[in-house]
Amino acid sequence: MAEKVLMKGNEAIAEAAIRAGCLHYFGYPITPQTELAAYMAKRMPKIGGVFLQAESEVAAINMVYGVASTGKRVMTSSSSPGVSLKQEGISYIAGADLPALIVNVQRGGPGLGGIQPSQSDYFQATKGGGHGDYHLIVLTPSSVQEMADLTALAFDLADKYRMPAMLLADGTMGQMMEPVVLPGESHATVEKPWAVTGTEGKRKHNVVNSLYLVPDELEKTNFERFERYAYIEENEARYESYMMEDAEYCLVAFGIAARVSKNAVVALRAKGIRAGLIRPITVWPFPKKPIAEAAGKVRVFVSVELSMGQMIEDVRLSENCKKPVYLCNRAGGKIPNPGEIIACVEKIAKGGDV
Amino acid sequence: MAIVFEKPKALTDAELHYCPGCTHGIIHRLVAEAIDALGVEGRTIGVAPVGCAVMAYNYFACDMVEAAHGRAPAVATGIKRSLPDRIVFTYQGDGDLASIGMAETVHAATRNENITVIFVNNAIYGMTGGQMAPTSLPGQVTQTSPYGRDVKTAGYPIRVCEMLSQLDAPEFIARVAVNNVKNVKNAKKVIEKAFRNQVEGKGFSLVEVVSSCPTNWGLTPQKALEWVETKMIPYYPLGVYKDKSGEGNKE
Repeated sequence: MAEKVLMKGNEAIAEAAIRAGCLHYFGYPITPQTELAAYMAKRMPKIGGVFLQAESEVAAINMVYGVASTGKRVMTSSSSPGVSLKQEGISYIAGADLPALIVNVQRGGPGLGGIQPSQSDYFQATKGGGHGDYHLIVLTPSSVQEMADLTALAFDLADKYRMPAMLLADGTMGQMMEPVVLPGESHATVEKPWAVTGTEGKRKHNVVNSLYLVPDELEKTNFERFERYAYIEENEARYESYMMEDAEYCLVAFGIAARVSKNAVVALRAKGIRAGLIRPITVWPFPKKPIAEAAGKVRVFVSVELSMGQMIEDVRLSENCKKPVYLCNRAGGKIPNPGEIIACVEKIAKGGDV
Repeated sequence: MAIVFEKPKALTDAELHYCPGCTHGIIHRLVAEAIDALGVEGRTIGVAPVGCAVMAYNYFACDMVEAAHGRAPAVATGIKRSLPDRIVFTYQGDGDLASIGMAETVHAATRNENITVIFVNNAIYGMTGGQMAPTSLPGQVTQTSPYGRDVKTAGYPIRVCEMLSQLDAPEFIARVAVNNVKNVKNAKKVIEKAFRNQVEGKGFSLVEVVSSCPTNWGLTPQKALEWVETKMIPYYPLGVYKDKSGEGNKE
């Protein structure tokens, strides 16, 4: 029986990554992901791993690119302004078809913003972020347990599909402590014949690269990559459905917003309002199917977000404008309490605007 | 029949894309000869820059990684930390190494990363058509300094070897040139040393190679080599700037 331990979310990611066979970590100090790097700094030297505090976020992500080129599991972590700096490297990692994990423990923005929790990097995480046509697999933990579980899953998916994955958490998830059952030891099981490890004189040289000066070749590469993305959209979308069987009011929320929304759903039902929740666990690929199916049954959708309304666009695209979609949000580092979500849904129920 | 001259094994058969008279070809050959001399091709991983040498990954027969502009030392750090028994080198130009990648360069040096850096200084951005580089000389006319580099507004050139040799950490910092036979022969020795240092686990070794760019300097190949001798080398004196564990070094 696996042991339950009390951990901060940031630490749970770090320990889960080590157990998933990630022995290389590169980072640069930033709040509120601090504990993750601190944990790695403490643990890595004891287990023969590498912790390196890079000179910048830009350097850190390029060190990740270097390790990923050799086929080993590797990660970096940061918070919003730092993740912006990593975008160049992330685009190159995606363009060279390398697996790697990037953790974003989000804080409010834009600019230097604040250090309190936020979900306002949704666009950046799901729509590209860096230059060019590419996607990341983006996983959104809603508990410390999921911080650990989705870290292990992110490494597996990144290896399987040869692409970068992102754990899109927020300051609350990073800082809160909860009991967690840590995942068992695992490691990459996917062969990586493309990795640069030295030819040993036995094969033609491997080249890790994202440059295609002939447009036909670049176009072909992009089309092939998007065929892979289409398969992922079809097969890897993950979500949790909560009290949706007879729901009239469908809340859509991820991460910390989903936890508050769950409480609101229970309270709304006690008041006789049939609410339910669809909680995306992957936001790329976005769980389009359950939302499209719900569109045939529910009265309205309410996108609950810690941003000025970013995921709401994917909700609308998924339900195909069949039902009204409202936004219930806080921004700038604020988290709604259940009462605010309840009030928002009650107002909609009464036919009022929100 | 005895073979008296052949292409180094560490170079592929791909035709180089460099302009006529460009010295990248010589420098590629010297790097390949060093790899051959040490017999490490099968365990060497090279990192190509963004700039004229961006397609170096087609020319070296070892495993290769193409890095973002200026990031080669960070990418090489990742590779070396992942595979410490591999020989890892970067091949970078002046814009790549001394401008956009200066932070990565300085910090790889101060960590004494056990890598070899080949720094080709031709005082101009070649690939993009001849803009002012961090190493362009005072008064040098380029596309983005059409009236000559004015040090009052554009600042002074950066002498990379002099600057890096102030750091405590790096093992070996040297500047060579490839504008005549004597200098090429010396460059061969120094580049080989920079690779041997890595094989012996000594640490960060950087060789700056003063090079020419006839196309963007607007000179014939021969005049360009003369310009290296009369303009570049006086500003960028050749020599070994740091050799921490080298013979005769009392440091």
